[in-house]
Amino acid sequence: MQSLAGACLAGLARAITGVIPIWLGTRPSQNQRIYFANHASHGDFILLASCLEPEERARTRAVAGADYWRSNRIRRVMAEDLLRTVLVERNWVERTQDPLEIMLKALDDGQSLIFFPEGTRNMSEDPLLRFRSGLYNLAVARPGVELVPCWIENMSRVLPKGMLLPVPLLCRVIFGAPIAVEPDEDRTLFLHRARQALLDLKPTNGAWR
Amino acid sequence: MADIYRLFIGLIAVLCAASLVSGILTWRSSKPTSSTLLNLNARIRAWWVMVAAISLAFVFGRSGVIILFTLISFAALREYVTLTHTRRSDHWVLIGMFLIVIPLQYYLVWTNWYGLYSIFIPVYCFLAMPALAALWGDTSRFLERISEQQWGLMLSVYCVSHVPALVTLEIPGNEGRGLLLIAFLIATVQGSDVLQYIFGKLFGRNRISPNVSPSKTWEGLIGGIGSASLLGASLFWLTPFSPLEAGVLAGIACIMGFLGGLVASAIKRDRGVKDWGHMIEGHGGMLDRTDSLIFAAPVFFHIVRYAWT
Repeated sequence: MQSLAGACLAGLARAITGVIPIWLGTRPSQNQRIYFANHASHGDFILLASCLEPEERARTRAVAGADYWRSNRIRRVMAEDLLRTVLVERNWVERTQDPLEIMLKALDDGQSLIFFPEGTRNMSEDPLLRFRSGLYNLAVARPGVELVPCWIENMSRVLPKGMLLPVPLLCRVIFGAPIAVEPDEDRTLFLHRARQALLDLKPTNGAWR
Repeated sequence: MADIYRLFIGLIAVLCAASLVSGILTWRSSKPTSSTLLNLNARIRAWWVMVAAISLAFVFGRSGVIILFTLISFAALREYVTLTHTRRSDHWVLIGMFLIVIPLQYYLVWTNWYGLYSIFIPVYCFLAMPALAALWGDTSRFLERISEQQWGLMLSVYCVSHVPALVTLEIPGNEGRGLLLIAFLIATVQGSDVLQYIFGKLFGRNRISPNVSPSKTWEGLIGGIGSASLLGASLFWLTPFSPLEAGVLAGIACIMGFLGGLVASAIKRDRGVKDWGHMIEGHGGMLDRTDSLIFAAPVFFHIVRYAWT
């Protein structure tokens, strides 16, 4: 059921966006990975997943905000049963479970993750918001997992926030070279470098915005 | 319908010859194979697929051709809109273009309602689109946003729909042979693209407009259009035209096709991209392959409609 839903969504994403993966700094591989990407649309992780090989897609789960996806029944069924997302609570005052623990458990189960280090959908004019510390915490806790930057192009135009129907536009996902935390690198420095690694993948011509 | 078989057998013979020549060139060339040759091979492979798609559509007659061109419009418009500036507030206008305007335009062509399909986009859609955008209330870059999308509909939907519309023309003495008229237009215009490419590669010296396209030369243009007109004249048996008329019409279509390619190059240059997309291997996107047909189709359609019906 879940793999069927995954295959259908991937097929749909390809039919609407004609998406092609561009493996700029890395190749598809068996290694366990955290794909970290820019985020402006609910379609982002479906698009990214559709660029992975079927086996890798089957073991890759996206990390999403529990406060949003558990807010009503339809969303809950979609997120938990159909899309198999890893739901974490973003509000640190009221939360009952530590998000890091939930994500580390998924990694320890051998799963790859799709992770949006901005923590929310970017609605600003800037290409990328400041990174939250989640990516650094994951990288330090599980140094064996590859961190692959993925620039998602145009998806925010296909399915902007608050819209239900997608507009068919061509999309690309650009995969960069994996990065890792340097021995004596602190949190701020690493997050800055990770953000820059992702920004560097953004195509420079104005057309593919 | 024996004529259509003759045409497709001829096409397959041409493609076989092209595959054979490029195969021999690749085999005899020094390794690694040059990028021009790799691209040529990819282009010929893509031509096999395109001829197969058109043949399949022809098997289903008028509806097959209309469905094929609906899909071509969809792919072309998608590539075009990708390169434009869109904002979140344009979302419903864009959805309407894909989900309402494309199907409705082709439905009107299918029902042969010339009076409406010739004005549906340039009058009603052109009025509705700015109205919708104004109702939404976002005035930022208003004129630019609206006109970009309007022109996209004009190129990718309105002009393209005049290719299948040829099948609806009722020419005395040509009953039931509308598909052949489409085959004639596609064969001459696409043939002219290929011939311009070949003449340009062989004899190209003087560029027509270096700022727009480095690959378009006077030698390629004159040789390509001259030979494509001869090709058109030799295909007169597909049409209700005499050989001379077929040659002149093919020449006009090919000149329009050249202008279409030039305009498409200018848009791509402005937007800083080399190709419209990546749908057709070796050629680029759908618009890279159809840009010439887009400019040729409405002009060819109107000349035939006014002079022969």
